[in-house]
Amino acid sequence: MSGIRSLRTGPEAASASATKARAGRLLVFFPAVSSLLVVAACAGVSIGSTDISWQTVVQTVAGSILPEAWMDLGGVSDAERVIVWLIRMPRVIVAALVGAALAIAGVQLQGVFRNPLADPSVIGVSQGAALGAVIAFVTGLATRSALWLPMTAFIGGFIALFAVYLIATRSGRTPVATLLLAGIAVGALITACSSLLISLSFVNWQVAAEIVFWMMGGLDSRTWTHVWISLPFLALGTLVSLWHTRELDLMLLGEETSASLGVDVETVKRTILATAALLTGAAVAVSGVVGFVGLVVPHMVRLILGPSHRALLPASALSGALFVIVCDLLARTVHPPTEIRLGVITAAFGAPFFLWLLRRQRKEIGYF
Amino acid sequence: MRIDGRWLVRDVSLSIEPARVTALVGPNGSGKSTVLRLLAGLWRPTNGRAALDGADLAGMARRLIARQVAFVPQDTHVGFAFSVRQVVEMGRHPHVGRFETPGPRDAAAVEAALERADVTHLADRLVNELSGGERQRVVLARSLATEAEAILLDEPTSNLDIDHSLETFKLLKDLAKEGKAVAVALHDLNAVERWADHAGLMHAGSLRECGPVRDILRDDLVEPVFGVEVERIHSATGADTLVFHRRPAQCGP
Repeated sequence: MSGIRSLRTGPEAASASATKARAGRLLVFFPAVSSLLVVAACAGVSIGSTDISWQTVVQTVAGSILPEAWMDLGGVSDAERVIVWLIRMPRVIVAALVGAALAIAGVQLQGVFRNPLADPSVIGVSQGAALGAVIAFVTGLATRSALWLPMTAFIGGFIALFAVYLIATRSGRTPVATLLLAGIAVGALITACSSLLISLSFVNWQVAAEIVFWMMGGLDSRTWTHVWISLPFLALGTLVSLWHTRELDLMLLGEETSASLGVDVETVKRTILATAALLTGAAVAVSGVVGFVGLVVPHMVRLILGPSHRALLPASALSGALFVIVCDLLARTVHPPTEIRLGVITAAFGAPFFLWLLRRQRKEIGYF
Repeated sequence: MRIDGRWLVRDVSLSIEPARVTALVGPNGSGKSTVLRLLAGLWRPTNGRAALDGADLAGMARRLIARQVAFVPQDTHVGFAFSVRQVVEMGRHPHVGRFETPGPRDAAAVEAALERADVTHLADRLVNELSGGERQRVVLARSLATEAEAILLDEPTSNLDIDHSLETFKLLKDLAKEGKAVAVALHDLNAVERWADHAGLMHAGSLRECGPVRDILRDDLVEPVFGVEVERIHSATGADTLVFHRRPAQCGP
């Protein structure tokens, strides 16, 4: 008997070593991704239509942050200062914020739905935000102030989530299957409304083109205003999600198990959905619709570090930021002087990489 | 208890006492699992109440209930690649505050639980790669890690081999000896006869009879509820072995 129990061969040994490998990867992952993030951010600021040396970048950034006397800005032209600090820097930061927000929202929704296919579009938030933006475009609000577009997008996302939640809730309970179906149906309805508005707006080509471009996502001409619009929501969303890491772990084991281990399932579900909507809304508001980040980044990180949210959430946030910074850099530099839309790049580069990972580490995912 | 206008369970008055293994028996769909969920506070009764030490579960916070009542569901499927240790650590959730991290006290409880459920050697494996029986023991370990005074189990041995079934029953018996209240829904009446102290017999959503096992597993009670004929084989060890026979085809209602 004991002989049989101590016999460890094949999958058993492999699976135990998988857990050890995970622990090892955890030690490497955060330093590695953090350094890559810094490198990518520097590259994002220095590379572009006018290349600027990384020394100038560091000098300018330090000079803009630190008190004036600390940093000698000699040798940096005014044009370089403007390009680095007012044009590229906010753009890179917005890219990082959008990536982190979408990745965290993806992690949260995949947790609540216990479904690896969940992403911010399944609860209708992306579509709602898109409709909000379309309305801002066709009514001309978008051209009046830079604040209108993000605001309508944000509000649209929240109204969509609220509608989905109300429809799926019956006598205080919101089954995730109903939520998913309601989200898909409401999302389709909203998309139909957007499409209708867009097709009607084609009498004015310029507006239509703007809308279509926005729907493909992009970070062109982002300013510090966009940073300040999304940052508070991202900060709040990240904090709330980090407070719920253990609840998210438990939700993956099923609602009944979570409840029996002391999780107030309906409250947690509401909190997580609202947080995910907040993050998605904040991201869509400043970047347009950037697909694939919320779906792929959590997957990639889960493959590497496992499903435990304590590591998964911060790791996904960093990776999402890195991913979008790199994609945006590609969007600007692949085919100059034209910019390729960010949404195109995230999908075109994200999908093949994801498929490669999928083939390589299928056994560690657990749900195939 | 009523869901969507259909009565799942009615007229159940049952008390799960400490230092005792109470078995719930009855045919499929008789309401055993429903009663366990009501007792665990997972479902709220439509009428009546489920109480813990006299306090109504409906008014208690989930975390408070979870510290005192552990629940082992029948379905132990885990779709995500957590390690076994991570799954068992989740049993400590009700004891660890939102802004705290698990401490040495929690680690000790997890190790003890792994040991008692005989899954220490599986601790570093991925839970989704285990066999059904191994997973069932991992979930049992998770319920032990809560250190709850009451443990409710829904068919905890349905996927276990003979040796591990016996070990699990022995463990439940030991827990009862330590003063815990153990309630377990079971199909195997021979196991009930051998391991349980008390039993409740469920039939069509209500509790037929409740009391010491000897008074419940009487042929005149079991035969009509399960629709079988019972034959008892006396063994030298003292416990009867029940053998069941299908009834000859009946006429009329």
